[in-house]
Amino acid sequence: MSSEQAAPLLRIEDLHVSVGERDILRGVDLTIEEGETHVLLGPNGGGKSTLLNTIVGIPGYRVTQGRIVFKGVDLAGLEIDERARLGIGIAFQRPPAVRGVRLRQMLEVAARSELTPDTVADLDETLSLGHMLDRDVNMGFSGGEAKRSEMAQLLAQMPDLALFDEPESGVDLDNIAVVGGAMNSLLKGEERISERRRAGLIITHTGHILEFVNADVGHVLYNGRLACKGNPLDLIEEISSHGYDKCVECALCQTFA
Amino acid sequence: MSDVRLSPGAEARLTEIRAAAEAAVDKPAALGPDIDITRFRTVSEADTIASLDSLERQVKETVLLSGFTADETERSASYFQMDRTPIYERVQKAFDDAIEIMSTEEALKLYGEEMLEKYWWRAVDPGKDKYTAIVALHQTEGYFIRIKAGRKVEKPIQACLFVSESDVSQNVHNVIIVEDGAEANVITGCNIHTDVKEGLHAGISEFYVGRGAKLTFTMVHNWAEDFSVRPRTGIVVEEDGVYINNYVLLKPVKSIQAFPVAKLVGDRSTAVFNSIVYGLKDSVIDLGSETQLIGEGTRSEAVARTVSMDRSTVYSRGRLIGRTNTCKAHLDCRGIVQSAESTQWAIPDLASEGAPGAELSHEAAISPIAAEEIYYLMTRGLPKDEAVSMITRGFVSIDIPGLPDVLRKQIDKAIEETSKEAM
Repeated sequence: MSSEQAAPLLRIEDLHVSVGERDILRGVDLTIEEGETHVLLGPNGGGKSTLLNTIVGIPGYRVTQGRIVFKGVDLAGLEIDERARLGIGIAFQRPPAVRGVRLRQMLEVAARSELTPDTVADLDETLSLGHMLDRDVNMGFSGGEAKRSEMAQLLAQMPDLALFDEPESGVDLDNIAVVGGAMNSLLKGEERISERRRAGLIITHTGHILEFVNADVGHVLYNGRLACKGNPLDLIEEISSHGYDKCVECALCQTFA
Repeated sequence: MSDVRLSPGAEARLTEIRAAAEAAVDKPAALGPDIDITRFRTVSEADTIASLDSLERQVKETVLLSGFTADETERSASYFQMDRTPIYERVQKAFDDAIEIMSTEEALKLYGEEMLEKYWWRAVDPGKDKYTAIVALHQTEGYFIRIKAGRKVEKPIQACLFVSESDVSQNVHNVIIVEDGAEANVITGCNIHTDVKEGLHAGISEFYVGRGAKLTFTMVHNWAEDFSVRPRTGIVVEEDGVYINNYVLLKPVKSIQAFPVAKLVGDRSTAVFNSIVYGLKDSVIDLGSETQLIGEGTRSEAVARTVSMDRSTVYSRGRLIGRTNTCKAHLDCRGIVQSAESTQWAIPDLASEGAPGAELSHEAAISPIAAEEIYYLMTRGLPKDEAVSMITRGFVSIDIPGLPDVLRKQIDKAIEETSKEAM
C-alpha cells in the first residue's frame, strides 16, 4: 500500500455491538487497507459473524459504541443496499432461499444491470453454475452449490471489500478449490501486487481455504475483541495444536491488552 | 327458447331446470356474503358492432387489461358481450371450420336437443343457490364455444363479458365444448365500464373436455369496489383429457365467491388450477376449487398465491376428493398478508372416498416475506422497496402455461404498484 494513501479502505474503531440483550463485540479495532486480505479466526460464538453482519448493516446488530468508516464514510445510518453500492459485498455462510427469485436475477441485481451474456458465460465456466442459473436462488442448493452461487454474486458485484463467512464450511474438496479459485480471482486478479485494489475479510475455522487464497494478516476474535494478530498460517497452526485459550496468550503474534 | 320446437323429452328437461331454479330463488350460497339480488334490474340491450375497432376507446383500454384485444391477428376467435347483447362474434378465417362461437341463446336455437341432453345445466345444478337460479330464470346470454374434434387451435380464443350500467345484474351462461382430440386456449375477461359502481355478475360456466382433448382457460377479473361477483363453474373431463384453469384477480371487488368443480370422469384425465389473487381495499374474496378424481390414474394440482392488503378478507380454498385408488393430487396455497387490517384464510380440504390408495396432499402457508430474504437482496445493492417488490413478484410468479404476454406484463405491473403501496 502506498504511503500517500490518506485513509484506509476500512477502519473499525472501538466497535461495541449488541444483539438483543447480549453484548457480542466489546471494542474491536481493525484496519484493512486496499489490496489486503485478512483472516478472522476465533471460537464459535466469539462474534465473527456478528462483525461481518455489522459491517454489512443487517438490522438487529446494534452498534452501541465506536464506528465503522469505509472509504472515509461513516457507515452509521446507511442502509444495507447503500453500503453495498458503496462497495461492500458479502458471501454468506448460509444464505436464505428466496422462492421465485432466480440466481440469474440475483446476478443482474449484483451487477447493477451491467450483466452481459459474456459475464454470465464466464461465471458459469468458472463456477459451473449450469442449471442453477434458472433455479430459485438457494432453493434446494447443496452446500457446494450455495457457496458457488454466493461467489458468482460477488464476482458479478465486484465489491471493493469482500466479506466471506466460512466459505469452506459444508463443502467438499473439489468445491473448496472452485470457491477458493473464485475468491482469489476476485481479491488478487491478474494484477501485480502493487496494483491490487480489492480487499477481503475471511472467516475460517479450518484454514483450508488458505490453501487457495493468500491472506496477508490473521486475527483472532476472542471474547468480543481482536485478541491477537499475526501470520494467518502460524495462527492456525498454533490454534490447532494448543487451542484458542493458549493462542491468545502466546508470544508468536502481536497481542492486544 | 320459446320459438324453438323441441322434443317432449327436451321440453321436460327445461321444465325440470326451471322447477329446480324456482325452488332455489331465495337459497343463499353455502359460502360468501349473502346478496339481496332483488335490488338489481337485468342488464339492457346494446347495439351490435361491425368490428372490435369500433368499441369506444375507454372500453378497449379496459378490456385490454384482461387480455382482450381489438387487434385480432393474435386471436383465433372473439366474442364480445355488452350488457345483455352479444355485440360481436367472429371466427378468424383460418379457423372457420375448427371453431364455433356464438351466444348460448343462439346455440340453444341451433342445437337445442343436443345442448339439453348433454351440456345445458349438466355440469352445474340450477338449484344450487339463488345465483344459479337467477341465471336459469333470467339469463342474459353468455358465450358458446365449440372446438371441433381433432382440431388444435393454438391462437387463443377471446371472450369478454362487459357491463356498462350501474345497479344491474348480468346473468350469463357460458358453455365450452372441446371435442375429442381438440385443443384450445380460451381467454375470458370480465370487465365493467369505469363509470359503473354497483352491480352483480352471476355467471354459469359449463366446460366439457373430450377424450384426449385439452382446454386452457384463463380468466382475468377486472371489477370495481361495489361490484359483486358469483360465478358457478362445472367442468367435466373425459379420458386423457386435460383442463387447465388460470385465474387472476388484481383489482378491488365488493365481494366475489367462486368454487369451480372439476369432475375427472375419464381415466388418466387431469385438472390444474392456478390462481393469483390480490386482495385490495375492502374486497371480500372467497375463492377455491374442487377436483373430483373419479377415473383411474387421474391427476390434479391446485396452486394459489394470495397477497392481501388494506382491509381485505381473502379465503383461499382447495378441495380434492379421491374416489379411485390410482389417483394423485396436490394442493399448494400460499399467502402473504401485507396489512394489519387484512385477514386471510387458507383452507385445504382433502377427502378419500372409498379409495384407500388415493394419494392426496397439501401445503398451505400464510407468512410474511422473511426479513432475511429482503436483507439478502439488499446486500447485492437493491433498495428495500425494490427487494420487497422482487420477492413478491417471485412469490406470485407461478408458472402459468398459455398466459399471454400482455397479461404477464399486466400482472407484473399490478404487483409492482401494490408492493410500492405496501412499503
